Amino acid sequence: MKKNTLNLAVVLIILRNIGKYMIMLRIVFSRPEKWSVFRVRLFEEIQRIGINSIPIVGVMSVFMGGVIALQTASNMDSPLLPEYTIGFITRSSTILEFSPTIMSLILAGKVGSNVASEIGTMKTTEQIDALEIMGVNSLTHLVLPKILGSVFFFPVLIIFSIGLSLVGGWLSLVMSGLASTETYILGIRSWFEFGDIVYALTKGVVFAFLIVSIASFYGYYSKGGAIDVGKSATKAVVTSSIAILIANFFLTQMILL
Amino acid sequence: MITVEGINKTFGDNHVLHDITTTFEKGKVNLIIGQSGQGKSVLTKCVVGLHDPDTGSVIYNGRNFTEMDRKEKVSVRKEIGMLFQGSALFDSMTVEDNVMFPLTMFTNMTKKEKLDRVNFCLDRVNLNETNALFPAECSGGMQKRIAIARAISMKPKYLFCDEPNSGLDPKTAIIIDNLIREITYEYDITTVVITHDMNSVIEIGDTILFIHNGRNWWEGDRTSIIKTDNPEILDFVYASDFMKEIRASMRASRS
Ligand SMILES: Nc1ncnc2c1ncn2[C@@H]1O[C@H](COP(=O)(O)OP(=O)(O)OP(=O)(O)O)[C@@H](O)[C@H]1O
Ligand SMILES: [Mg+2]
Repeated sequence: MKKNTLNLAVVLIILRNIGKYMIMLRIVFSRPEKWSVFRVRLFEEIQRIGINSIPIVGVMSVFMGGVIALQTASNMDSPLLPEYTIGFITRSSTILEFSPTIMSLILAGKVGSNVASEIGTMKTTEQIDALEIMGVNSLTHLVLPKILGSVFFFPVLIIFSIGLSLVGGWLSLVMSGLASTETYILGIRSWFEFGDIVYALTKGVVFAFLIVSIASFYGYYSKGGAIDVGKSATKAVVTSSIAILIANFFLTQMILL
Repeated sequence: MITVEGINKTFGDNHVLHDITTTFEKGKVNLIIGQSGQGKSVLTKCVVGLHDPDTGSVIYNGRNFTEMDRKEKVSVRKEIGMLFQGSALFDSMTVEDNVMFPLTMFTNMTKKEKLDRVNFCLDRVNLNETNALFPAECSGGMQKRIAIARAISMKPKYLFCDEPNSGLDPKTAIIIDNLIREITYEYDITTVVITHDMNSVIEIGDTILFIHNGRNWWEGDRTSIIKTDNPEILDFVYASDFMKEIRASMRASRS
C-alpha cells in the first residue's frame, strides 16, 4: 500500500515536469524581440554548441571507427564471408548507431551539462530576472538560438563523424594488415541505401532538440545556489540520455521497420 | 506613481506578504526597510511582476499591471529599470555591451547614438574608463554602479533598487545613495529602494515603508522615523544595546 502511493507520487512528479517542459517549449517558440539580435545569438550558439564540439567528435569518431573495423575483422574467421563484409559492417554500424546515437550520448554529456549550468547560473544570479525586467522574453532570447543552432548543426556533426569514423576504420585495417584499401572501399559502397543517411540525420535532429531543450529546462527551473546548478546539470545529462535512448527506440521502429 | 493594493503572497505554507497596501510617489526616493527575511524583496518582485501576487493589484499611473497580459506587461517593463541585490550583470558581456543591451534590444538607434548614450550613463556613475572590462573584472561597488548605468540607459520612469549599498564600505555606500537620489530628482522618476542601512534611511528616505512580519507595519518619512515610538521600529533603528542606551540618555537629558 505504502509502495503504491510512493509510485503514484513519482508518476505525478514526472507528469508535472513533462507538463512544465511543454509549457516552457511553448514560450520558447515565440517571436524573437528583434531579428538582428536573434541572428547574432544564433551564430553565437552555433559556435558554442556546434563548432566547439568538432574536436571531441573528431577524436571519438576516428577511434571508434577504428575499433569497430578491428572488432569486425577479428570476428570474421569464416572463409565463407568475403573480406569486403568488414567495410560494409563498419559503414552500417557507423551510420545507423554510432555516429547518430553514441555521438549524441557523448554530446548530451558535454552540451547538456554546459547548457544547464550556463542557464542555471544566469537564473540564480538573477540575470534571467534582469532580462525579464527589461521586457525581454528570456526563454526565447536564451533557449531558442540554442535549440535552433544545435538542430541545425548536429546533422553536420553527424556527417563529419561518419566520414571520420570510416577513415578511422580504414586506417586501423590498413595499419594492422587485416584488409586492403580496395576491399574496404568496396565494402563501404556495397548495398548502400540513402535512407540510412536520412535515418541518421533525423535521429541527430531529434536528439539535438532533446538534449538542448531538456538541459535548458533543468537550468531554467533550478533555484538556490551553485550546488543546485550542479544538480541541475547532472539531471540534465541523465534525463536527456534516457530520452535519447527512448527516442532512438521509437525512431528506429518508425523509420527502419 | 505606483499604487499597491492589498497584496498577499504565499510560497507553499509560507505566507510571506499580508495584505500590503502602499503608494510609491513620483519624484521621490521611496524606501522599503525591515529586517532580513520579512518580505522586502518579495514585495518588490511582486510590484515588478517577477512574482505573481495571490491577491491584490499593482497600478502604474492608473494602469492596472496585475491584470495585463504578457504583451502589455512588457510595454510597462520597458519603463522600469531595476538594480538587483546581486547586480545581475550579464557576465558573458563587457561593461559596454551590458549597458548597451537594452538599447540594442528595444531601440533603432545607430551604433554611434547607442555608444554616446552608454558613455553618458557610465559617466553619470563615474565610470568612464571601464567599457572594455568584463563584470568579473570589476569590484562590487563598480558592479553596482554599472548595474545602475544599465538600469537608467533606457531613461526609465520607475527605478527599483534592491539593497544598492549592501556589502559596500560606508563611503561608497553614500556615493551610491547620492547617485540614486540625484537621478530620481533630475529625471523626476519614481524610485523604490530596499535598504537595511540606517545611513541611507536618514540620507535619502523621502518616504519610508517599514515591513514587519510581511505587513505594512509603519509608513512615514525620515523625520518621523526618528521621532516614532513604535517598538518594532525602535528595535530596527536602534538595533544594538549601545544605540538604545544612547537614545535613552538623550531622552533623559531632554526631559
Ligand atoms: N522564490 C521563493 N520561493 C519560496 N520562498 C521564498 C522565495 N523568495 C523568498 N521566499 C521567502 O520569503 C520570505 C521573505 O524573503 P525576502 O527575500 O523577501 O526577504 P527580504 O526582506 O528581502 O530579506 P533580506 O533583507 O535578507 O534580503 C523568506 O521567508 C523567504 O524564505
Ligand atoms: Mg532581499
